[in-house]
Amino acid sequence: MDFDLTDEQRLLADSVGRLMGDAYGSLEKRRAHAAEPHGWSERVWAQYAELGLLGLPFAERHGGFGGGAVELMIVMEAFGRGLALEPYLATVVLGGGLLRLAGSEAKQARLVPRVADGSLKLAFAHGEAQARYDLDDVATTARRAGDGWRLDGAKSVVLHGDCADLLVVSARTGGERRDRDGITLFLVEAGVPGVSRRGYPTQDGQRAAEILLEGVELTPDAVLGPVGGAAAPIRLAVDAALAALSAEAVGAMDALHALTLEYLKTRKQFGVTIGSFQVLQHRAVDMVVAIEQARSMAMYATMMAGTPEGHAAVAGAKVQVNRSARFVGQQSIQLHGGIGMTMEYLAGHYFKRLTIIESLFGDTEHHLREVTASGGLLGDLPSGSGLAK
Amino acid sequence: MDLRFTPEENSFRDTVRQFFTAEIPQPIRAKVADGRPLAREDIVTSQRILNRRGWAVPHWPREWGGQDWSPVQRYIFTEELQQNAVPQPLGFNVSMVGPVIAAFGTQEQKERFLPRAANLDDWWCQGFSEPGAGSDLAGLRTSAKRDGNEWVVNGQKTWTTLAQYADWIFCLVRTDPAARKQQGISFLLIDMRSPGVTVRPIVTIDGGREVNEVFLDEVRVPLENLVGEENKGWDCAKYLLGHERTGIARVGLSKLRVRRIKELARQMPSGDGTVWDDIEFRKKVASLEIELKALEITQLRVVSNERHRQGNKPDPASSILKIRGSEIQQATTELLLEMVGPYALPYREAVEGSNEPPVGPDWADTAAPTYFNWRKTTIYGGSNEIQRNIVAKAILGL
Ligand SMILES: Cc1cc2nc3c(=O)[nH]c(=O)nc-3n(C[C@H](O)[C@H](O)[C@H](O)COP(=O)(O)OP(=O)(O)OC[C@H]3O[C@@H](n4cnc5c(N)ncnc54)[C@H](O)[C@@H]3O)c2cc1C
Repeated sequence: MDFDLTDEQRLLADSVGRLMGDAYGSLEKRRAHAAEPHGWSERVWAQYAELGLLGLPFAERHGGFGGGAVELMIVMEAFGRGLALEPYLATVVLGGGLLRLAGSEAKQARLVPRVADGSLKLAFAHGEAQARYDLDDVATTARRAGDGWRLDGAKSVVLHGDCADLLVVSARTGGERRDRDGITLFLVEAGVPGVSRRGYPTQDGQRAAEILLEGVELTPDAVLGPVGGAAAPIRLAVDAALAALSAEAVGAMDALHALTLEYLKTRKQFGVTIGSFQVLQHRAVDMVVAIEQARSMAMYATMMAGTPEGHAAVAGAKVQVNRSARFVGQQSIQLHGGIGMTMEYLAGHYFKRLTIIESLFGDTEHHLREVTASGGLLGDLPSGSGLAK
Repeated sequence: MDLRFTPEENSFRDTVRQFFTAEIPQPIRAKVADGRPLAREDIVTSQRILNRRGWAVPHWPREWGGQDWSPVQRYIFTEELQQNAVPQPLGFNVSMVGPVIAAFGTQEQKERFLPRAANLDDWWCQGFSEPGAGSDLAGLRTSAKRDGNEWVVNGQKTWTTLAQYADWIFCLVRTDPAARKQQGISFLLIDMRSPGVTVRPIVTIDGGREVNEVFLDEVRVPLENLVGEENKGWDCAKYLLGHERTGIARVGLSKLRVRRIKELARQMPSGDGTVWDDIEFRKKVASLEIELKALEITQLRVVSNERHRQGNKPDPASSILKIRGSEIQQATTELLLEMVGPYALPYREAVEGSNEPPVGPDWADTAAPTYFNWRKTTIYGGSNEIQRNIVAKAILGL
């Protein structure tokens, strides 16, 4: 049991931290990136590729860097601190995760190098209007057409779905709308006939898209993973994404708290710094406590995701991270007073990102139900303890 | 980064668990699990069994009975102790006066007091708080004046836990009335049988007798009972309070409580089934389990980090453990109370040997008293507000 980073991991943290400092050191820089055509910076994306971040979690034999969940956690935490805009989660964690979990050797060998060099952006087109947070709720259909497939349906709020070159689309090839079995993944070039996309900004300054699939013709090779058996890899990829988002939230909370602390030490009212007021001191401490609990659970999720108890662990982490994020976000705004309300100041942007992270892939209530359904995180009294009634 | 324990650590866990369940009498552990008050004899019996195995004071220096355990082993030991409802070795002996004497005492004091403290041959109590000195401990007024080869002590201590069982009391006393606050305080060991010592019980809101007032009236104490230097008692106090905080998260105890609540909820009738059938109740349990898991991992982070820390100073993060640990302990008592429902009402006086049959399940009557009593955890050991003051200064620099 240890929580130390290896030397290589520390190095990674340092270099991503530096990159974030350079690329995102100020609100002006972030605004400039957001003003680019896709709402994020191609130049910064190229820097991610250079640093090896885009190939991070893929196997070396496919052209990746063989990093694990801890490496991903390090990167996401830095992105959270920097409030980065690039489609990393969509491309590397979600799309890339599905590619890794469900893709054949051949597919990975073909696609990973292009993801790693930054030329191929992915998005996971899964959510639908009626599904809310139910991962099994898929109404989009894929029907056999000749020796290939034809896709029909509508995907909603697809993260960075507007800029993706290749979509990982879930569709039903069997079973009823909410069945676990019968879901299949397809790789769909964004530009093929029948795919139409409407991109839009999201509340946190990122981007998403509504994607319409109307008679999209696909070759047999478009299938990713087993036909009808995508529920398991989807669950795993989403769990990995939740662990990554937890880490991102921790990074954002860290930065937001530092900003708030700085303000408490400089802003003066009644002739003293406001940080000398005990009620604000205690609030700041409660924020630290909330952040440390979230950090612990983000680490827990990172280390547990993918193991048999991983799903409950990840869901538990999301509950804690969400609660901490809401408290830290709201209190940061409150402790800043009016300045916290302006678009011209960073705090509000962290607050907005944290708020959006809360709802991504399941809100607090959803994940509390998940933990409950899995029997909790603690288990029962050990038999033979002599304490059972 | 790795959550797994090594095979050696896991076998260590098995060894201690095996020992606890086999050697500590089940009726004593059942009392702990049920939240019933322990008799003096229960605590003594349990601590002596541990001491015979060399486990009453594992964190002490080796020559006084300590074990060369790693921080992880210590953590495992405490967690298993708590999870298996073994009475905690008496904190006043093993976590307070013992470490202070080991660090600041003379060779004679060590030889005279440490082995007896480890074996609970002497029962110690803590005479710090006074009516006028709680959080602001340095405001204490109990005085000790030198008279020949004795100190003469006058004053009043309060909230003194289990003083009714105690053979000795360690006190903070003012030895230099002219000095300001923290200066002029000394750490003094007083025999409870000395003439002039009077113990008067304070009944707590749960109906229990756990705390007392201790009056000290012209009590004569040999000079050699001073620990450390005269007027330097505050150093001892600080050292002691640091020791007190590291164990205070009590993750193992809260785990035991939550698991027990789950088990009992499956037996508690409600409608056509049990309380456990209610999804809202199970969500509450799950919610608490998440908070507890977060605390556990935070504690493990502190434990894992201990290797990199210099010296013997407690991590300021221990204040965070105190805050969350106490809040979660209280939350477990609230959850039990809610689960018990109407059967939390009947009041059964804790009379030894009482034959009155219980109203409701035989474990239900402790739910409310435990809840009442556990409000203490956010007050003592440095109240949670004081902990926040510490974090604000030491970690945040406010
Ligand atoms: C069950 C129990 C057992 C105990 N056992 C012992 C024992 O064995 N030996 C012993 O010496 N003592 C013991 N204590 C005493 C305990 O240490 C004190 O109760 C504690 O230090 C608080 O002091 P107080 O009760 O005087 O409260 P006060 O210090 O008067 O505090 C009252 C309230 O004011 C808050 N407060 C005080 N100062 C500040 C501040 N600067 N900023 C913000 N808020 C503040 C407190 O947090 C609290 O909420 C015990 C207490 C209890 C309840």
